[in-house]
Amino acid sequence: MGALKSTPDPIEYADLSEKTGFSLKQIRVLHKRFRELSDGDDVLRREHLRCISSLKYNPIRVEIIEAFFNRRNFSPSHQGSADEIGFEEFLVVMSHFRPPSPKITDEQRKNIRREKLQFIFNMHDSDGDGLVTLEDYRHVVEELLSRSGALGKETARAIADAAMFEVARTVGHKDPNEFYEGITFEHFLKLLSNFDIESRMNIRFLKSDVNPFCQLCC
Amino acid sequence: MATRGRSSFCRSLPELELLLLVILVLLNGTVLSLEAASSSEIHTGEGNNTSKKPFPVIGIMYDDVSVPFEISLWVLLASLMKLGFHLIPRLSNVVPESCLLISVGLLVGGILKLARDEVPPVLSDRIFFLCLLPPIILDAGYFLPIRPFVENIGTILMFAVVGTLWNAFFVGGLIYGVCQLAQDKYSEINLGNIGILPCLLFGSIISAVDPVAVLAVFEEIHINELLHILVFGESLLNDAVTVVLYHLFEEFMESGLVSAVDAILGLVSFLIVALGGVLVGAFYGILAAFTSRFTSHTRVIEPLFVFLYSYMAYLSAEVFHLSGIMSLIACGAVMRPYVEANISHKSHTTIKYFLKMWSSVSETLIFIFLGVATVDGEHHWDWIFITATLILCLVARVIGVVGLTFVINNFRIVKLTTKDQFIIAYGGLRGAIAFSLGFLLHTDHKKIFLTAIITVIFFTVFVQGMTIKPLVELLAVKKKHEAKRSINEEIHTRFLDHLLTGIEDICGHYGHHHWKNKLNRFNKKYVKKILIAGDRCKEPQLIAFYHKLEMKHAIRMVESGGGSKLNSSFPSTVSMQNIQPKIQSPPSARPAERALPQLTKGREEEIRQILRTNLQRTRQRLQSYNRHTLVVDPDEEGFDDLILKKRRMMELDWKIKEMTNYLTVPHAQGSPTMSRTRMASDSQAYVKPGAKGVPSIQIDLASPQSPDSVRLLDEVGHDQGLTMSLPSSSSRAYKTGGKDDDRDHQKLLRCLSDPGPSADEDEDEPIPT
Repeated sequence: MGALKSTPDPIEYADLSEKTGFSLKQIRVLHKRFRELSDGDDVLRREHLRCISSLKYNPIRVEIIEAFFNRRNFSPSHQGSADEIGFEEFLVVMSHFRPPSPKITDEQRKNIRREKLQFIFNMHDSDGDGLVTLEDYRHVVEELLSRSGALGKETARAIADAAMFEVARTVGHKDPNEFYEGITFEHFLKLLSNFDIESRMNIRFLKSDVNPFCQLCC
Repeated sequence: MATRGRSSFCRSLPELELLLLVILVLLNGTVLSLEAASSSEIHTGEGNNTSKKPFPVIGIMYDDVSVPFEISLWVLLASLMKLGFHLIPRLSNVVPESCLLISVGLLVGGILKLARDEVPPVLSDRIFFLCLLPPIILDAGYFLPIRPFVENIGTILMFAVVGTLWNAFFVGGLIYGVCQLAQDKYSEINLGNIGILPCLLFGSIISAVDPVAVLAVFEEIHINELLHILVFGESLLNDAVTVVLYHLFEEFMESGLVSAVDAILGLVSFLIVALGGVLVGAFYGILAAFTSRFTSHTRVIEPLFVFLYSYMAYLSAEVFHLSGIMSLIACGAVMRPYVEANISHKSHTTIKYFLKMWSSVSETLIFIFLGVATVDGEHHWDWIFITATLILCLVARVIGVVGLTFVINNFRIVKLTTKDQFIIAYGGLRGAIAFSLGFLLHTDHKKIFLTAIITVIFFTVFVQGMTIKPLVELLAVKKKHEAKRSINEEIHTRFLDHLLTGIEDICGHYGHHHWKNKLNRFNKKYVKKILIAGDRCKEPQLIAFYHKLEMKHAIRMVESGGGSKLNSSFPSTVSMQNIQPKIQSPPSARPAERALPQLTKGREEEIRQILRTNLQRTRQRLQSYNRHTLVVDPDEEGFDDLILKKRRMMELDWKIKEMTNYLTVPHAQGSPTMSRTRMASDSQAYVKPGAKGVPSIQIDLASPQSPDSVRLLDEVGHDQGLTMSLPSSSSRAYKTGGKDDDRDHQKLLRCLSDPGPSADEDEDEPIPT
């Protein structure tokens, strides 16, 4: 989808800048990084991302890598996952982590919040059906605790169970006969209504080139 | 009748307080004058050696106990005052405590002066810096919310260092200018005589935001965490700047010359003071953590180590003229995660309560003494100097905050708005530290400086302290989230940490998430192994959080167990039966029905009512996963069955533990000191009844003789407390390994041996995994 020319073209940058909100300088830096990661290719594959050595210690690296290839993150209407992505998709995924500008209206803030929470929801919802079931959530917690060895397994289940109960409680399941299949996105929004994600889920994107300390292992 | 009598009694209590106060003060006065009298008696006694005195049956030997006696009287006075204020609710809503306390101090000082024409020098700098200040700072440092502090450290440092420097030079310089302009050779104190260096010294004293005053006032207004930590952090960290500037200008005043080398040395000295203080504190903190690793057999003295090491950190820093406050903060913050992992629950409670108690008493005493010392001191009121100082302080603060925010906002992700800036500027209160430093001055112009300092302090504490609360309301500043830190939020906090670190790695630059992650890994791999005893070192924070939540609720359950043993027996049984199908079948399956009789609606309601009064929570819980509520059959077989089932279920301890999650504690807001004593400055786990995230079981007792069945179950449940079954059952249910059981057992024993106070909230552990 939309493979770019190998030499940077300011016109296309301008397009991307408008679409994703990054400044031109930031796009240039990110493009450079993209090419580094993809070994000069125009498309990025999962193996490229798996190569990053510092990701090795990250307990949720599988989900993070998946998130780059999840079509739902490119635009809300898409489904499924891609095998390889171009720079545009890379940028779109990264744009979820852009800090919001200080002067935005409440409406815009709500939208940004929704976007960011949607991203996280998509990460939890591995099969893409729009519901985060107990199994999905258990998986999430297990991964989070996976670095802590054997003692994590059963506690993870207990924690995930407790968390699911909390969700069910939050969305007000009073009817005893109602069966709770999983967390929908709306429930997820309500659950994290106190979590100020729009100020926390942000990365400082550099405006200038940075030294390549971050090694790739292959 | 009864209520009216009660309220009239309560109304008379403040009057009682005042009466008591007057009595105390008079007692103090008489006692002190008696001391004078008795000493004169001794002299006359020595005069006539020849006549033999009869054996003194009753004598007054006040000298020996004078000092402790007076100290106790003062502390008693302070505590009674505190007591009194909270009995008058309307007053404490309008006027912040600090104002009231200063007023009381003024009153007492006035009475003492009238009675004896002399006021005891209570706010000597030694007492202040060595006894009154450390508890407050330790309390602040130990319970410092590390996460927001570290996230905003850049901003805080900017405000503390650059802001204080700016304030000092602006006020000092301009006041010199004003003095020169307003010099009047014929007035008592010629302003023109005040040199530039004394002015700068004065500026450096008065420019520092005071942590005690900030704590006292901000505690009551409950603003959001960001603003609180910014102002509070600034007030803590500017101590280094104040110390350096003070000593610097004092030295310069002695020597009389200032050269460029001296200025550079001053800069170097600042770095040494600040970093040295932190290092000293960290060193003692690590020592304390290491010591606490071995205290498993002498649990009683664990709190002592915490206090002693912290105090030693403070004193050691003071020895080398380093910043004692920063040392204390560093010590508390460094040792806390490790010490808390090692010490028993009782010790933890002890530490918390002692710190809160001492800091509370200290604060009260400081304010009272401030009032007393005001009456005592020699003052020289110079309109020009004082008004100029006041105005300059305010202006300097505003300009400083606005200017710095302009610069800082370029580097912040979450920018500071104008409202934030206003609150930060307005919250720059001065307090007793400035006064004590002023007391230490040796210059000729001490009187006028002291008067000005006191005026500024009074102005900030009274005017700014009183008006900040309505202003916060008026400006609709975001308040603190009183929400409970739910487990979902905790999970997502961890998740977000890892996510952001991963994205940073993909982006290829080493942002602060990356370094934080590295620090965490280092901490987990090496540091924790050394400093934490046993297996606790491997526990990641999410689990620790979850366990803390559980333990808290287990304790509450035990505490409330006095109300009904029903608590312990029923939930477990019900939970067992309700969870069993869940374990066996995934939630998508429809669970099996239970062949038990249904109840009429009315009876259900009745029974629910009874249960509600006994249980602390009766919220719907497993309805989400299991569509049936357990209905208990009242006949004998039913009961025997129940008992048998219960015995079996008791062995599934994990789910018992899970049940203990879901108790709520009524959250009473109370006064600031009460809320400080109850919960450390954290919104993490206020659990309100009716709050979400507290799944619970609905139990329908299908018995007309519910009270009887309750009683029967009481007896049944008596010998098998809910939590005691833990060790035996864990092995059967889960294969997490023997070590876990021991740990759980130990954990539970630790928490059960002391029901402790109700709320036991915690900050984030400083270094999350």
